[in-house]
Amino acid sequence: MILVENLSHQYGSRLALSNVSFEVKAGEIFGLLGPNGGGKSTLFRILSTMMVPSGGGAQVAGHDVAREPAAVRRSIGVVFQTQSLDKALTVSENLRAQGHLHGLSGPKLGERMDHVMERLGLADRRGDIVETLSGGLKRRVEIGKGLLHRPVVLLMDEASTGLDPGARRELWQYVEELRSREGVTILLTTHILDEADRCDRLVLLHQGRVVAEGAPADLRARIGGDVVVLKPAETAAAGDLAVRVETRFALKPAVMDGEVRVEIANGHRFITEVVEAFPGLIDSVGLHKPTLEDVFVRETGASIE
Amino acid sequence: MSNTFWLPVVTLWQRELVRFWRQKSRVLGVVASPLVFWLLIGSGSGDLGRFFAGALVLTVLFSAIFSTISIIEDRREGFLLSMLVSPASRTSMVLGKILGAATLAWIQGIIFLAFAPLAGVSIGLVEVVAVIGAVFLVSFTLTGLGFVIAWRMSSTSGFHAIMNLLLVPMWMVSGSLFPMATAHGWIKIVMWVNPLTYSISLLNGLLKLSTGAPGIGVSLLVTACFGVALLLASGAVASKKSLVSNA
Repeated sequence: MILVENLSHQYGSRLALSNVSFEVKAGEIFGLLGPNGGGKSTLFRILSTMMVPSGGGAQVAGHDVAREPAAVRRSIGVVFQTQSLDKALTVSENLRAQGHLHGLSGPKLGERMDHVMERLGLADRRGDIVETLSGGLKRRVEIGKGLLHRPVVLLMDEASTGLDPGARRELWQYVEELRSREGVTILLTTHILDEADRCDRLVLLHQGRVVAEGAPADLRARIGGDVVVLKPAETAAAGDLAVRVETRFALKPAVMDGEVRVEIANGHRFITEVVEAFPGLIDSVGLHKPTLEDVFVRETGASIE
Repeated sequence: MSNTFWLPVVTLWQRELVRFWRQKSRVLGVVASPLVFWLLIGSGSGDLGRFFAGALVLTVLFSAIFSTISIIEDRREGFLLSMLVSPASRTSMVLGKILGAATLAWIQGIIFLAFAPLAGVSIGLVEVVAVIGAVFLVSFTLTGLGFVIAWRMSSTSGFHAIMNLLLVPMWMVSGSLFPMATAHGWIKIVMWVNPLTYSISLLNGLLKLSTGAPGIGVSLLVTACFGVALLLASGAVASKKSLVSNA
């Protein structure tokens, strides 16, 4: 449904995307995960036809984004990170204007508006001026706009930014329903790990490159066993501790944010050994199952947030 | 096809009007300052009539600038974003936006026109209709000018600079403050090539306020051509491929 091939983009001399390729199948919820500045927004702009890439190509619903933007625009619904609502208009006025932009009018548009507002719990808010709505409600109107014309692909840019946990949960419930009931393909950008974990598949973007691709569980499984994080005592340097761990245990520890991270099977056993091996050097020890953050750290040596 | 062309035009036009209606204080802001300028300069020089057309055009100019400046913000985080990723054609987008903004400038121009009797204007109904038509033409032209400038801008501060360095001086040497007949040296040449000169003389002519050159026919022709040229230019700048040029 979405095909990205060797996509590159430059802003002047800055390379924002470098040879990015991936494919999103119909009905998938697909995530672009990465830190801000990693290339997500650039990719989002290219897929939503706001920008023409400087190299490579991308297809959405069978149409090339650079050569057939009009056909792509008919197939996509877009939910922007920044508000694209007219704050001086009411909820239904915003939706009606959006419908008109897509050539919908009359009873057909009215029906779609009712449907979308019903589904998003906006029916009793239709006459409210958008300015007066809460952040969560505004976001729902935004999504309503994106869905009004029944797009086959929904593109969402950091759609849950600024939402409280409750509103975020609701949003995801709706996204999942949308996929299962209407078969909409969803591509979203995020830097939130929980959100990335709920995608069917995702790519990790770092400095404009794809550093990993796959289902969240598969990505996490790349890290055998557990992740152990050692916080060195105040007198000890993380780098020094890492070297000691490396020579003593023949492991490959990584240093991040003044902590030493080790991927290891049977982490609980390692903990007792490492604490006994370096008395006084370690302040605290943490153990967790691998997260997408760990995958990102492993692939890039950098943190997502 | 015609449905998908005109629907966005109408909806954008309507949107401008609804927004305007909900922010009525805007009218006051736009009409008040030209009114004050006019009353001060006109009363001081003892000739309210001479400066009326200039103040009227200034009202329209302020309104057009006010409307088109919103494009800059609107495109980065606003309604314009969803327009850009919708199948609506760029032409309908430009037309809808310009028609909407021009209508607002027109309404404010008409409000200003209500002060015409103070300027000693006494014309018949037919002339009033003609003047109202001319005000629309000027509104449309200045909105087009604002659009062409605003579309390429990435910040509103850039627009303010252009306004102070280009639009306001353009208005000053259009016959609004001093007639072409008494202008000196190169300013006279600038006035000849300044399209706004023809807007002012068109209004002056129709209001029977002064009979200085250029005449009504030439003024109408030049203003109309300027308007069409700006509409085409607006379409051209808006259809450029990359809609966002930086991160």
